[in-house]
Amino acid sequence: MLPEVEQYFRIEKLPHMWCPGCGNGIVLHSLINAISGLGLDQDKTTIVSGIGCASRAAGYLDFDTLHTTHGRALAFATGIKFSKPELNTFVLMGDGDCTAIGGNHLIHAARRNINLTALVFNNNIYGMTGGQYSPMTPNAKRATTAFYGNIDRSFDLMELAKGAGATYVARATTYHTELLTKLIMEAHKNKGFSLVEVVTACPTAYGRYNKLGKPADMLKAQKENAVNIKSLKDGIVPEGKFLIGELYRAEAPEYIDQYLQAATKLREKGGK
Amino acid sequence: MTTPRLMQGNEACAEGALAAGLNFYAGYPITPSTEVTEILSRKLFENGGRFIQMEDEIASMAAVIGASLTGAKAMTATSGPGFSLKQENIGYAAMAEVPCVIVNVQRVGPSTGLATAPAQGDVMQARWGTHGDHPIIVLTPSSVSECYQLTIRAFNLAEKYRVPVIMLLDEVVGHMRERVELPSANQVEIINRKQPDAAPHQYVPFRSGYDKVPSMASFGEGYRYHVTGLVHDDDGFATTNPEIVQSHLNRLQDKILLHTPEIVDSEQVDTEDAEVVLIAYGGTARSVTRAMRMAREEGLKVGMFRPISIWPFPEEQLKLLSQRNVKFITVEMNFGQLALEVERVVGGKNAVYRANQVNGELIKPDTILDRIREVY
Ligand SMILES: Cc1ncc(C[n+]2csc(CCOP(=O)(O)OP(=O)(O)O)c2C)c(N)n1
Repeated sequence: MLPEVEQYFRIEKLPHMWCPGCGNGIVLHSLINAISGLGLDQDKTTIVSGIGCASRAAGYLDFDTLHTTHGRALAFATGIKFSKPELNTFVLMGDGDCTAIGGNHLIHAARRNINLTALVFNNNIYGMTGGQYSPMTPNAKRATTAFYGNIDRSFDLMELAKGAGATYVARATTYHTELLTKLIMEAHKNKGFSLVEVVTACPTAYGRYNKLGKPADMLKAQKENAVNIKSLKDGIVPEGKFLIGELYRAEAPEYIDQYLQAATKLREKGGK
Repeated sequence: MTTPRLMQGNEACAEGALAAGLNFYAGYPITPSTEVTEILSRKLFENGGRFIQMEDEIASMAAVIGASLTGAKAMTATSGPGFSLKQENIGYAAMAEVPCVIVNVQRVGPSTGLATAPAQGDVMQARWGTHGDHPIIVLTPSSVSECYQLTIRAFNLAEKYRVPVIMLLDEVVGHMRERVELPSANQVEIINRKQPDAAPHQYVPFRSGYDKVPSMASFGEGYRYHVTGLVHDDDGFATTNPEIVQSHLNRLQDKILLHTPEIVDSEQVDTEDAEVVLIAYGGTARSVTRAMRMAREEGLKVGMFRPISIWPFPEEQLKLLSQRNVKFITVEMNFGQLALEVERVVGGKNAVYRANQVNGELIKPDTILDRIREVY
């Protein structure tokens, strides 16, 4: 392991528990590069995660780390951040974790525009439980609970976050690691609710079931199907492709700022 | 003591929490507990604390745990349906040993039940509501001043033993108004969680000494440790090693068992010469007190045993009482939940009768008196 990232890992907890070909390790690497690039104080940075393969990432990282309950990571993180705003708070979630069971917490964290940096590992499936469809499984794809193909429509997580009030919304893939690192850094710099979706391969529970080839083929597909928003012509995303890059950015008051400012003002006025 | 004032039970819970050092509250409104949330929304905003109304009770419980991990004294309040939703993360707090206080003002269930009417149907849920064997402490006040005192105690117990503590009120106690004289701030004993005495690199977050309670570092202070709801080793990391799993879960149980004598609390009224002892808690104890007096006027020797901590149950105290030739009547606004515990403790030595009512009204002294006459 490279010495500049080693200090951020709990080396003794490795090797990790993920399957060969899983993209989660790549996401972690980008996250650590971003944290290191931002020069964040390791003692003042906390990583909160939910439940699932992706959420196991927290245990490998040398920070105060909180592995919570399925879907609730953002709600736990809200308590941490609101109570101790000086902590840099990253929230790692799987796509099911964040958009199914945690969907309500997602939209409300976004609505509040609370200063959290959320990272969604989107492998289009419930990996940990062995391949059931998630709200991010594309229509017609197969899963252990959609033997004949998924009937559900999937979320566009970017539009969902934007619509709910997030002030930084971006997407990358595990093929585009430099972009991913950059987006995480930008997301963290945004004072408000930021969400970065990472398209990552689950060869075991999704790829195999949908005949998507070897892990390398799944990575190649990420390269081929991702269209950087900067190179987009006429604003039209070609059929079967998806956008990557910084997809949305907005200015809005941050929740904790609002609260503290209003409370301070009240006390200065001698209200109480 | 401060000047006497008229106060509501829910308000006394809020005031007690503030006296105990509450500085973080997350909640979601639900009758008949809403006053706690409303009062604290204002007071915490005024005194530099934090209040947040979350999107639901699951999130409220999660936020409370997150805040507690940063060192805050954190609480939430709810009622029936919301209490059910909190269970998932109450279990998390039990497993990860995160101090927190949950107020549950009971109403009639199941489901939406009767939103504005009292019941005591959550006695078992308060003990066993989340899945898996887990440690928990449950206190039941039966007056407004006790709401205040027990909320302070709830925080102290939560901090001392690193457990979730439940304040189990019922609508009668939560909404009743009484004159109270509260102790002034310097008269209140406050216990804070044990801080690590090891340097960060030597800190073993879940290792404990003779008292079975590990010290607790706050997030953001350089200890950089891991917290999970998975069964974990002393280092805080998930394990499936059967020996470690067993010893970890043993410790969570023992942590409470070992300190049960200090935790349990109960009251006895006129039991010395009693031939019939009424067992009651919360709002029901108020009716029982009245019924007892009426019975005494008729020359019936009746007393009351009132568990104040219901979990752990004041077992030894009741056992002592049961060595005498007395009959028991458990009076509850449910179909007989604590009665099961009473029967277990008494172990067939004494007759245990029941007086139960679940109609949304506080059981009346006359009803209890009739029952006393029947069994006397
Ligand atoms: C309340 C609750 N329901 C269900 C589960 C079982 N469960 C564990 S992980 C998981 C889904 C994980 O999928 P995802 O969030 O997409 O993450 P991944 O494993 O793919 O990284 C489920 C359903 C659980 N742990 N808790």
